[in-house]
Amino acid sequence: MSSQFDFENEVNSLMRLDKPLQAGPTARWQRKANDISGCGNLSLHSKSLNVSQHLSVNYSPSKNRSMSQSVNKTPSSKTRTPNSSKNRTPGKLKPSSKNTSLNRTPRHGDRFIPSRQATNFELGNYRILSENDEPAPTGSLAEEDYKRRMSENLQRASGVGGEGRILAFKARPAAAEGYHNNTKVLYSSSKKSVSDRKKTRHIPTTASRILDAPDLGNDFYLNLLDWSSNNLLAVVLARSVYLWDASSGDITMLMTMEGEEEYVSSVKWMPDGEHIAIGTSEAQVQLWDIASSKRMRNMKSHAARVSSLSWNDYILSSGSLDGFVHHHDVRVSDHHVATLTGHSQEVCGLEWSKDGRHLASGSNDNIVNVYSSMETKPMYSFTDHQSAVKAIAWCPWQSNVLASGGGSADRHIRFWNTHNGSCIKSVDTKSQVCAIRWSKHYKELVSSHGYAHNQLTIWSYPSMDWVQDLMGHTSRVLYLAMSPDGQTVCSGAADESLRLWDCFTLDPSHKKKPKSLSNTASSKINTLFSIR
Amino acid sequence: MTSTKQLNKITLKGSAAIVSEFFFYGINNILYQRGVYPPEMFKQEKKYGLTILTTTDPSLLTYLNDNVLPQLTEWLERGVVKRLVVVIRECETNETLERWQFEIECMGDDKENSNPREKDINVINAEIKAVIRQITATVTFLPLLEVPCSFDLLFYTNQDLEAPEQWEDSSACLIANSEQVKLRSFSTSRHKVDGAVSYKFSM
Repeated sequence: MSSQFDFENEVNSLMRLDKPLQAGPTARWQRKANDISGCGNLSLHSKSLNVSQHLSVNYSPSKNRSMSQSVNKTPSSKTRTPNSSKNRTPGKLKPSSKNTSLNRTPRHGDRFIPSRQATNFELGNYRILSENDEPAPTGSLAEEDYKRRMSENLQRASGVGGEGRILAFKARPAAAEGYHNNTKVLYSSSKKSVSDRKKTRHIPTTASRILDAPDLGNDFYLNLLDWSSNNLLAVVLARSVYLWDASSGDITMLMTMEGEEEYVSSVKWMPDGEHIAIGTSEAQVQLWDIASSKRMRNMKSHAARVSSLSWNDYILSSGSLDGFVHHHDVRVSDHHVATLTGHSQEVCGLEWSKDGRHLASGSNDNIVNVYSSMETKPMYSFTDHQSAVKAIAWCPWQSNVLASGGGSADRHIRFWNTHNGSCIKSVDTKSQVCAIRWSKHYKELVSSHGYAHNQLTIWSYPSMDWVQDLMGHTSRVLYLAMSPDGQTVCSGAADESLRLWDCFTLDPSHKKKPKSLSNTASSKINTLFSIR
Repeated sequence: MTSTKQLNKITLKGSAAIVSEFFFYGINNILYQRGVYPPEMFKQEKKYGLTILTTTDPSLLTYLNDNVLPQLTEWLERGVVKRLVVVIRECETNETLERWQFEIECMGDDKENSNPREKDINVINAEIKAVIRQITATVTFLPLLEVPCSFDLLFYTNQDLEAPEQWEDSSACLIANSEQVKLRSFSTSRHKVDGAVSYKFSM
C-alpha cells in the first residue's frame, strides 16, 4: 500500500509525464479491466480527485464490488466524475489537442479500455488537477471536416449560415436545343467520304516507306525532323541526331548529348545543306559541319531549351522555352545580335519567309507574331488562335501569305495576309494541327494532325477544299519535313515511326526537263521511294 | 474634385463598369470554351488584346446585356454583391457539373463616389487578360461536357438586399464530389475579383 502513496506523490510532482510508465501499473490496469464489470467501474476509470482512494481500489481487483462505495465516500468525486469521465472515454471523446496521446489509444466498442496505458491516465489526472481552468481548444475534427468539405464546394463556411442571399434572374437562358458539344463532335468525328473529294490527280493513300524511329520525342513543342537540300533527313531520337541518306538509305549518327537528362530539342538544316543547327535542352544552339561531322560553334544565349530554329542566310533565329526569339549571326564571335520579346511562353513555331523579309513565330501563348526583317517589335500580332501555335508555314508562291495552325483547343488553320495584317481564311480541321507544309508543285498544302485520326490532310489552296487524308500513323503526327524536290513528305509521329508519302509526285507527262541539281536528286529519290 | 479626374483615376462607378464588362467577356468565353452553346452562335471580338468569342444569340444577349449585367453594375456600385457564380448544369437531370466562382471584394472603407484612386487602366486590362486566358486554358484539364448543358448565373448578395421582382432566391448549386482550381485575380483598386472553378470529379 505504501508504494501507492509513493506513486501518488510521484504523480503530483510530475511536471512532464510523457514518458511511458513502468510495466507494473500497466499490468494492473489490464488485469483489473479484465476482471471487473458493471457500472461501478465507470467511476473507477474516471480520474477521481482522490488519487489515493482511486489507486487503492485499483490495487486489488478482487475488491471491485466495494469500489463504488469507496468512491462515493469522497464528497468531491461526485461532481468531478462526470466531467472527467467525459474526457477520458475514447468512444465519446471530443478529440482535443490537449490529450496528445489520444490517437494512440485503440478504439473499442467497450467503454472500458483494457489496453489503455497508465501514462495516459495519470497525465490526464494531473492535467485535470492542475489545468482545469484552461480553455478547451477550438476546432474539433468534425468541425474541420465540415469546413474542408464546405471549402471544397467553393463555399466558405461562414457563407452558409444564411448571411446572404443567392439570387438568380428568373428568366434563365435557354440551353441550345438539339446541340451536342463541339468538343464531343471533335472526339467522335468521322472520316470524310470519298465523294467529298475533288478528283484532280492520283495521290497514293499509303506510305511509300515506313522507318522505325525508336525514342522519337513525343513533345508537341519540339521540332525534331528536317530534310536538307542534299537529301539528308535529320531526325532526333532521344539524345542523338541521326542522318538518314534518302538516296542511299545509309544511316549515320551525327552527335549525342552527353548528360543522361539532356536531349536535342530542335534541328534545322542550313539552306546549303552542309551545316545543321541543333537546339538542345541545355539552351545551346550548336552548329555542325556535315562533311567533317564536327561541331563548329556552340552558342548559348537562351535560358531554357531551344525548341524552334529558322535560317535566314547567315542569321540563325532560335525560339526558346523562355519565350524569347534570338537572332544569331553565325559569322561573328559575338553571335547574339537581337532579342525578340513578343511572346510570353515557349516559342515552338518559327519560320523565315522564303524571301527573308519576314519572320513568323508561333508560341504557347496562342499568339502568332510577324516581324519585319530584323525588327525586334512585331509588325503584326495575331491573337485569333485559341491554343498553342506550332505549325507555321509561308506560302512558296505568294510571299505575303502565311499559314498557321493551332493546337487541340483551337484546331484551325488560319491564313494571313502579311501586307495588311488581315486574316484571309480560316478552316476548322477538327483536330489539333501539329505541322503544315506547302507543296512546291501544286496549289496545295499538307497538315498533320493528332487525335482522333492521326492523319495527314492535303488541302487545296485558296479554296481550302479537302483533297485527301493520309492515314497510317497510330499516334499524333508531330513533325513534317519535305524532300528537296518537293514530291515527298516525311512525317514523324508519336508512335515512333517515320512515314514517307509520295503525295506531291509530279505527273511525268507534265514534268519539266531537269534544270537544276535538285531535280537530278529527285529522280534518284523516285526510283528509291516509289513502289512499282 | 471631380474636375481633376484623369484617365487613370478610377471611380467606383468606373470600376463597376470595368468589372461588369469583364464578366460579359468572361462568361462568353466560358460558354464558348466549354461548348455550352454551338460555335456558330459566336463571333470574334477583339478585347484586352485578345480575340474573344462572344455570342450572337439575341436571347442570350438580352439576358446578359439587358437583364443581368446592368443589375450587376448597380449592385457593384452599391457594394452589395459578394460573389458571382456561373453554374453549368446538365439539362436533363439538372445536376451541376461545373461552378465558376468569382469572389468580388469591394476594397476600401468608404463607399463614396468622390475620391478616385489611381491605377493604370492598361495594368487592369493586362490582369483581366490573364484571367480570360486562364479560362481559355482550362479546357485542357476540365472533363468533357458530353451531355447538353445549360448555364445560370448566381449572385451572392447581402441578406437585407431588396431584389427586384424578376429575381428569385436560388440554391447554391454545389457539387458534391468536386475538384477546385483557383484562377488568377485582378483588381481595379475598387473591386477585386478572385476566380476559381470547381468541377465534378470522377475517377
